[in-house]
Amino acid sequence: MERIYPILNNVIPLLVVAVIVVAIVRAGREPLWKEAYRRLGRNRMAILALTVIGLYGLIGVLDSLGWQDSPTSDRMTIIDRMFTNVPKERTYSAPLAIVTTGEPKPHPLKGKHLLGTDGVGTDILYLTLKGCRTAMIVGGFTSLLATPLALLFGLMAGYFGKRVDDAIQYTYTVFSSIPDILLIIALMLVLGRGLFNLCIALGITAWVGLCRLTRGEVLKHRDREYVRAARALGLSNTRILLRHVLPNLLPIVIISVTLGFSGLVLEESILSYLGIGVDPGTGSWGNMIDAARVELAREPVVWWNLASASTALFILVLAFNIFGDALRDAVDPRLRSS
Amino acid sequence: MLRYVIRRVLYGVPILIGVSLVTFFLFYVASPPEQIARRNLSAKNPTPQQIHQWLEQHGYDKPLREQFSKHMSELFLLRFGNSDANGEPIWDHIKAGAGPSLMLMSQVFLAGIIAEICVALFAAYFRGTYVDYWITFLCVLLMSIVYLVYIIAGQYLLGKVLKYFPLAGYRGGLTAWKFILLPTVVGVITGLGGGVRLFRTFMLDEINQDYVRTARAKGASEQTVLFRHVLKNAAIPIITTSVAAIPFLFIGSVLLESFFGIPGLGGYTRDAIDSQDFAVVRAMVFLGTLLTIVGYILTDICYALVDPRVRLE
Repeated sequence: MERIYPILNNVIPLLVVAVIVVAIVRAGREPLWKEAYRRLGRNRMAILALTVIGLYGLIGVLDSLGWQDSPTSDRMTIIDRMFTNVPKERTYSAPLAIVTTGEPKPHPLKGKHLLGTDGVGTDILYLTLKGCRTAMIVGGFTSLLATPLALLFGLMAGYFGKRVDDAIQYTYTVFSSIPDILLIIALMLVLGRGLFNLCIALGITAWVGLCRLTRGEVLKHRDREYVRAARALGLSNTRILLRHVLPNLLPIVIISVTLGFSGLVLEESILSYLGIGVDPGTGSWGNMIDAARVELAREPVVWWNLASASTALFILVLAFNIFGDALRDAVDPRLRSS
Repeated sequence: MLRYVIRRVLYGVPILIGVSLVTFFLFYVASPPEQIARRNLSAKNPTPQQIHQWLEQHGYDKPLREQFSKHMSELFLLRFGNSDANGEPIWDHIKAGAGPSLMLMSQVFLAGIIAEICVALFAAYFRGTYVDYWITFLCVLLMSIVYLVYIIAGQYLLGKVLKYFPLAGYRGGLTAWKFILLPTVVGVITGLGGGVRLFRTFMLDEINQDYVRTARAKGASEQTVLFRHVLKNAAIPIITTSVAAIPFLFIGSVLLESFFGIPGLGGYTRDAIDSQDFAVVRAMVFLGTLLTIVGYILTDICYALVDPRVRLE
């Protein structure tokens, strides 16, 4: 069993990438998505945003694949190996500097650091790249947890109506009445810190919105002819829901998930600052911003830690916002908000 | 109208019961009290006697059913008991913290809405032109920046470099406004991106309606159309989305208050997280939910008051 973990750790990211690529390609055969891809292709900003997202995803995957050189050494990922030649310094140093910063007697640096180093001498570029994986997992895994749950309840509530609908509406009203941040705080205090606990907590707060959306859409579709025809033909409820109603909901679900991704990544950084996010050892942009807070008070000011983390975050969130908007416009221009 | 209000209030009660069930499950069932005791006792390896003593002190050692009834009565009678970390009564802290929170958040709220409406009107006036395009793009940019960076950068630039405002802290009374100013500015700028985008959508929805076309055909100037017709009708969704935020004025912003050292309810929550104080977090969750439900009810009432079409159903 022990020997499976290293293999699993490397296979899972590749599997996820493969599933995503296959899903995108197969969707391209549907007329709805073919049209959407065509419209997206003409939007240069959207293509740029998608490229950026792909780049971040690639870095995240590179950071997930790794292996041990010998049975006793640590597991080193591809990103780790790219940075083995970059030495660890004594303390802070500015980007592309040759001496350390903030010491009474500056020491010469052992190597070149493109974005500087932090308090214990780790290269900032290395930390930033490690944060990509955390951000991608927070957004992706949380969506993976929240979406099936929300879809299931939304479909049941919208289709079966009456008691089931009331029960599900009561449940999600209860969850949405608790202020998000307080609910996450409560969940994280109970579960403890950590990446996967954070995904669970964020998933519990995120499923409500999608559930409400799904329920609304299912209510619209419930009385359409194709559903009535399917029922008249004697198809079982499950089959109708899964094979006929669900594909019609997918565009809206995908758009909502894409737009929500950026919100999840932002929330991770805020929660890491508050001390209830990922472990301090895991590289994450939130942890970098948290550390940067006291650095700004130093003399001379250590700004590069904060700048790298927030720029990396900013570019990813902006890319998701732009791509999400473009996707929404491409799939159905009627959904446009402006 | 009164019947509508009463109905909305009655709908809120089962929700509150549901929420207290959820919090009970989270705090008493999902996390064993021994763990809480262990975290709060400063000794490295507390003896079972010490744990038991702590549990007894804070009322965690009774059977589940008794704890449940105690939990329910605590919440609904607003008798929150004592904090786990330092044994002080929670309700006193809440009363003390609500004032500064309210002062800060109401300023952020009012200034934010006024600023957002102005910019949204501006964008709606120039809709379709480059001005509109750039404003929308700027809003997307502003929305993409992390809240934290606004606060840190704002504190650094305006407090340290330009020395316009004091960095942090709070003193009650007449000089309090000095300390509130910087958090207010930061809070307003943070909300600007999303708010302008939302309000602009509301206004553009109105501009494309028939009555606006009629007004223009009658010869009304663009300004009259905007200010008299569009603004009044766009005010309905604006008011209803804003009223929902009023209860949060009391909870305060956890981030703003902890960064700027303002002793409000947000800061109190932050301290509770740091010291893993479950009792305080329980109380804040309940308070937050209560205020959210009040916010929903207020929103529905406001909607009924402002939009006559809702009243008639």
